[in-house]
Amino acid sequence: MKKVKYLILSGFLLSAVACDKRLDIEPLQSVSETVALDSDANVKLVLQGAYDNISRDGLYGGNLFRDAELAGADGEVRWVGTFGDPRDIFNHTMDAGNSDAENTWRDAYAAINTANNVLSALSIVNEADRGRVEGEARFIRAAAHFELVRLFGKPYVAGAANSQLGVPVVTTPTRGVNSDSYVSRNTVEEVYQAVHDDLHEALDLLPEDNGVFANKYTAAALLARLHLTRGEYSEALTEAEVVISSGAYSLVSDYASLWNQDDNTDEAIFSMQVSNQDGANELVTFFSIPEYGGRDGDIEIEQKHLDLYDAADARLALFYEGNGAIRTGKWRDQYKNIPVIRLAEMFLIAAECQARLGQSADEYYNAVHTRAGLSAKTGVTLADVLLERRLELAFEGHRIHDVKRLKGFVDGKNFDDDKLVFPIPARELEANPNLVQNSGY
Amino acid sequence: MKHFFTTALLCLVMVAGAYAQRTVAGKVTDKAGEPLIGASVTVKNTKVGTITDINGMFSVKVQDNSAVLVVSYTGYSSQEAAVGSSSTLNVVLGENEQLIDEVVVIGYGKQIRSTLTGNIAKLTNENVKGMPVVSVEQAMQGQAAGVNVESVNGKVGAAARVRVRGVGSINAGTEPLFVVDGIPLAKDSRNTFGAPLNPLADLNFNDIESIEVLKDASAKAIYGSRGSNGVVLITTKSGRSGKSQIELDMQYGFSKPTRKREFLNAKEYIELFTEAANNSDDLEGVAYDESYSWTTFVKNRFSRYSGYNDDWMQAIDKTNWQDEAFQDASIYNTQLSMSGGTDKVRYYVSANAGFNEGILVGNHLSKDGARMNLDFDATDKLKVGVNLAVTRTDTRTVSDDNAFSTPMQLVALSPITPKRDENGLLYDRPVTTYYNGLIDVEDATRKVFSNRTLANAYGDYSFTENLALRVEAAANLYNVRDEARFGERTDTGNDSKGYGQSVFAGATDYNTNAVLRWNKAFDSHDLGLDLGTEYFQSTSNRTSVQGEQFPSDGLKTLASAAVITGGTSSEDNYSFLSYFGRARYNFDRKYLFNASARIDGSSRFGANERYAFFPAFSAGWVVSEEGFLADNTVVSFLKARASWGQSGNADIGNFRALGLYSPGSYSGSSVFSPQQIANPDLTWEKSTELDFGIDWGLFNNRISGEIDYYIKNTNNLLQEVPIPSTTGFSTQWRNIGELENRGWEFTLNSNNLVGAFKWTTSFNIALNRNKVLSLADGQDIIDNGGSRYLNVVKVGQPIGVFYGAEYAGVDPQNGDALWYVNEEGGDETATTNDYSEANFVVLGSPLPDVIGGIGNTFSWNGLTLDVRFQGVAGNQIHRAGDIFMSCNACWFDNQTRDQLDRWQNPGDITDVPEARLGYSNGDIGRSSRYMSDGSYLRLKNVTLAYDLPANLIKGVRSLRLYATATNLLTFTKYDGWDPEVTTDFLANNTTYGVDFYSAPQPKTIIGGIRVGF
Repeated sequence: MKKVKYLILSGFLLSAVACDKRLDIEPLQSVSETVALDSDANVKLVLQGAYDNISRDGLYGGNLFRDAELAGADGEVRWVGTFGDPRDIFNHTMDAGNSDAENTWRDAYAAINTANNVLSALSIVNEADRGRVEGEARFIRAAAHFELVRLFGKPYVAGAANSQLGVPVVTTPTRGVNSDSYVSRNTVEEVYQAVHDDLHEALDLLPEDNGVFANKYTAAALLARLHLTRGEYSEALTEAEVVISSGAYSLVSDYASLWNQDDNTDEAIFSMQVSNQDGANELVTFFSIPEYGGRDGDIEIEQKHLDLYDAADARLALFYEGNGAIRTGKWRDQYKNIPVIRLAEMFLIAAECQARLGQSADEYYNAVHTRAGLSAKTGVTLADVLLERRLELAFEGHRIHDVKRLKGFVDGKNFDDDKLVFPIPARELEANPNLVQNSGY
Repeated sequence: MKHFFTTALLCLVMVAGAYAQRTVAGKVTDKAGEPLIGASVTVKNTKVGTITDINGMFSVKVQDNSAVLVVSYTGYSSQEAAVGSSSTLNVVLGENEQLIDEVVVIGYGKQIRSTLTGNIAKLTNENVKGMPVVSVEQAMQGQAAGVNVESVNGKVGAAARVRVRGVGSINAGTEPLFVVDGIPLAKDSRNTFGAPLNPLADLNFNDIESIEVLKDASAKAIYGSRGSNGVVLITTKSGRSGKSQIELDMQYGFSKPTRKREFLNAKEYIELFTEAANNSDDLEGVAYDESYSWTTFVKNRFSRYSGYNDDWMQAIDKTNWQDEAFQDASIYNTQLSMSGGTDKVRYYVSANAGFNEGILVGNHLSKDGARMNLDFDATDKLKVGVNLAVTRTDTRTVSDDNAFSTPMQLVALSPITPKRDENGLLYDRPVTTYYNGLIDVEDATRKVFSNRTLANAYGDYSFTENLALRVEAAANLYNVRDEARFGERTDTGNDSKGYGQSVFAGATDYNTNAVLRWNKAFDSHDLGLDLGTEYFQSTSNRTSVQGEQFPSDGLKTLASAAVITGGTSSEDNYSFLSYFGRARYNFDRKYLFNASARIDGSSRFGANERYAFFPAFSAGWVVSEEGFLADNTVVSFLKARASWGQSGNADIGNFRALGLYSPGSYSGSSVFSPQQIANPDLTWEKSTELDFGIDWGLFNNRISGEIDYYIKNTNNLLQEVPIPSTTGFSTQWRNIGELENRGWEFTLNSNNLVGAFKWTTSFNIALNRNKVLSLADGQDIIDNGGSRYLNVVKVGQPIGVFYGAEYAGVDPQNGDALWYVNEEGGDETATTNDYSEANFVVLGSPLPDVIGGIGNTFSWNGLTLDVRFQGVAGNQIHRAGDIFMSCNACWFDNQTRDQLDRWQNPGDITDVPEARLGYSNGDIGRSSRYMSDGSYLRLKNVTLAYDLPANLIKGVRSLRLYATATNLLTFTKYDGWDPEVTTDFLANNTTYGVDFYSAPQPKTIIGGIRVGF
């Protein structure tokens, strides 16, 4: 009898230690995907997450622009940093393992997936905001596809079929991995068309004013870029003029005050918001020097570039000397916004289109030219516009794309050289057998 | 306190003995003459009795001369003594002979070694005591077969990696479960600044009584889902009844790096880089004196590196930067312990204080702690006890290996660069090639303060002589504070007028278990049954603040920061709930059987896959108990055993199964973005293990050993499988693939010479072959990409195998680096100077094939010499940092001297390509150019000790003088600093054998004195 009592006692002790419910533990720093898309407020937070995605290092956080400048350096800038991957972009010796190419690819598709998640949950969004939310998500999806196809596909050739391989166009959100996840590359034409369609939808849906987020003119501006790349000059001119004539933006009078700003300037059509609390400015990391928060001054500006400027050019005055070399003042201070599209570019797109279409480009050209402290010109030629574009937009991520668009040369390589196209990252080829590598890798 | 107990107990006994007739008095001692306190003295066949006092004295009343006294004492053989006519009676008790058959701690219990059916390696206090290292696993290195301990680098306080029987997982944890006095000790570090520090540093290994490593499935299956990588059971000392023994141990010594590398001096630097610039100019067809030539560029750089002057032209060595990275490191440690007790109460208390400087400048650790272990026999049936340890460990850390600010990266700076300017300030960029890490030493502090309390309490109640219940409750309370403050001149602080960070992180782990033991022996049968349950819960949290803009470097706390740039807090929880059981049976100690099972549930898995079952069976046959071997004079012990079982690995972090969005911020507003793709089917990693072993002893066990062969197959591997990034995610957690570790283990212990001159040898060697059997369907490789590192996971190869381009040396005609094309089915000798044409091939394994150690102890007349070697063989090391320091002057990093062998003229035969500044000529990390054989044999430990003879010492019980050296000699063909290496910033499961500016191991010599009172 006594033993039985003890056994009962022990059984009690054994079970008292345990409690099954204690295994139900929820994360405290994350939410499940169903929660994230279950309310109007949450879907909007996810939309903001898409902006956060495109502000990552590999996209508008800066490395995308840095790499476009390094790939199109042509003796005007020199990479002197220790990182081998940017150096390979600079030297046109990239291989498929290049981690910068990998990051850009990954960050762009992360943004696309976030945008697709937002688009899948539009029915939950308040009707009043639904159009705006859809427009913003489409804008982000378009921007990410556009950046990808320009780097990872052979250049767009105006008037051609453009059946060369671009990048996969992804328009559905990922909830699990299944056979649909193993996408193939669309042609360059298909990608441009998808970007075009998204931007057109966005243009219709977006409001004229939307704070620091994409609005109607942001979509128009990117559309202007797209048409310019496709050699559709009258369409590009139309879209650029939509932005210019809207009156929503104006050129700032002092060129230097465009840069190293905490807030968007009057000229900023779309900028990445960076502060000491959030966002990244990798352009500062590589173009600037330790004193201002840069690495070691990894990118130096060469005399060849400086020689392009008139001595009186306010844009020349922006360069500074630091750590034994010339640096661009555009990306000097850390925690500052990164302008992605600004009004001056629209003037220059409009001017270029006018020059190409046989119209006078003087007005738009001079608006930019005189702002730099230079005297106005008459009878502006296409060459004038292209030079102005090069100076005005230097180190803002346009260089290699302009070389390709203008069928130029860089470091002796023809614009359509295999080595000027980024490799499809090796890890993607391993993970997805449906992807085909670019020639030359 | 002790007096109180003794007095109280004596009073009780005197009451009991009040009616006796005649008094007999005496003393009870052990064989060494030490009095035994609290020994029980009873008069046979009566209820009369007493216990001995503090001097071992007793006095008891007896009826007449025929009385017989029974004297007994825990751990000693009882003895009967006839009183006769004498009134004094001294009794000497001998230690219980039966206990000499070693008792081994097993999971939730103890067992006699000869009846074990599993494989358990045991180390004792003697194996680790007094080692001048920081943590217990470092002290264990090379001493247990199949237990591979590897320090990631030579930073003091850095985590070491322990692998029992090979690497058991790809993405989940690979560390064994450490259990200290019943508390599972999470080996994850909570410091947030830089590479993880070693939580085991918080344990004073001098307090350790024994370390048991459970290696095979039958031994570890009782730990279920946490046992797959082996279990290390650490038992701290308990007091022993008897006179209080005090021991004081003080040691002092110093450390130096095991090895330095050779770098270019000023003359060589200028010569090589001028040549490199000339070559690049030649390549571009530019005249050397052109303003934009590489040659001009290099001269400008030389002048810049000299401090903007022409000093470089005289080629004077200004600074040996490698020497600047190291410091003369001193070490001192003091240990004080006291133990003793009565028959009912036993105690062990200790205190320790130590200071270890690292060999890297600015790196040091200090540690203080105290422990109190109490055991109390409350009644005949109830034992209770408490173990309590508190430790404080303060570490001044240095940056991770990949940071410019880490001391080892100083070697990149130019020998023509002076250390300081005319004002005595350390030079920084642009005069130094890169950030001068010495500024961090002067103007930055990065300290980690950790406090840990390990506490457990138990009660053990015997209901009958066959049935007992043990209940344990334990807590591991840990908090760590990271204080980092970077001054205005530092790399981290110079763009923000100083930077500060304060992180407070803590973890509270609770563990409770209850085990019911039943045991019955009848005739030749011995049957045992254990049933238990366990609950473990962990809560960890972290709060951090960052600030910038300090008015002065002297102000260290964030109170002075003008801008608070960040602040956050987080909390994580996980729990385990388990039920387990074990049955043991042996017949005549000859035929042994054992079965165990555990059911584990964990919050880490989805509701559908929450519980798992882990069974194990084993059997043994003690052949030497059979008649045909009973009288054999050679074979004194022989046992064959076999085991099979399953265990799991739940060490995958929390919430891996869920589809998650993480909050973030953009433009000052909060955001959600997708963080993790869901996998509702995620479940446990399971290892199935088969082990065959033979335990043997020859010549009355003068030579003994073990031989084991095992096959450990791990499937359902928890893997972060690469998925197309076009999904928006790069990886998904899945249970995919299979991994095998199989190998042999041999141990040998021998008493070579007995007598006045003693010589013993202990030897262990283990061979392990690790092989990935399968990955996802159709997947052959997990390759994280990039062009710098070689480790991949590839089917048919060991984890982390080196995979990349095969270096073919230098084209004698033009100095180009060459790689083998290695086209499948193509010409094997075909080479190319275009790296992208080289196909990747398997280049070697970073995992050793063989690990082992051999120790010899010689003793004579109080002199003891202990010599222990440890080594590994068959592994390769990737010198990943050499793409900068051994790249034939590709950029301005100072080069290792072997780069002077560069190709210079057509016809030169060399492995070092032509120097071309700013060009890539062979400086690609992902190639076999930078691989070395990583085998080494190391004189791990030498100790010479002298115990002064009793007649020379007065007032003390014992006095030992000793000197110990660790890592005194290293025999290796490795070309880098030290072959025991994996750079800290990459140290994960698939990255092994990567040297990236990693600090070499310290070579330490200490002298010490140990006094017993």
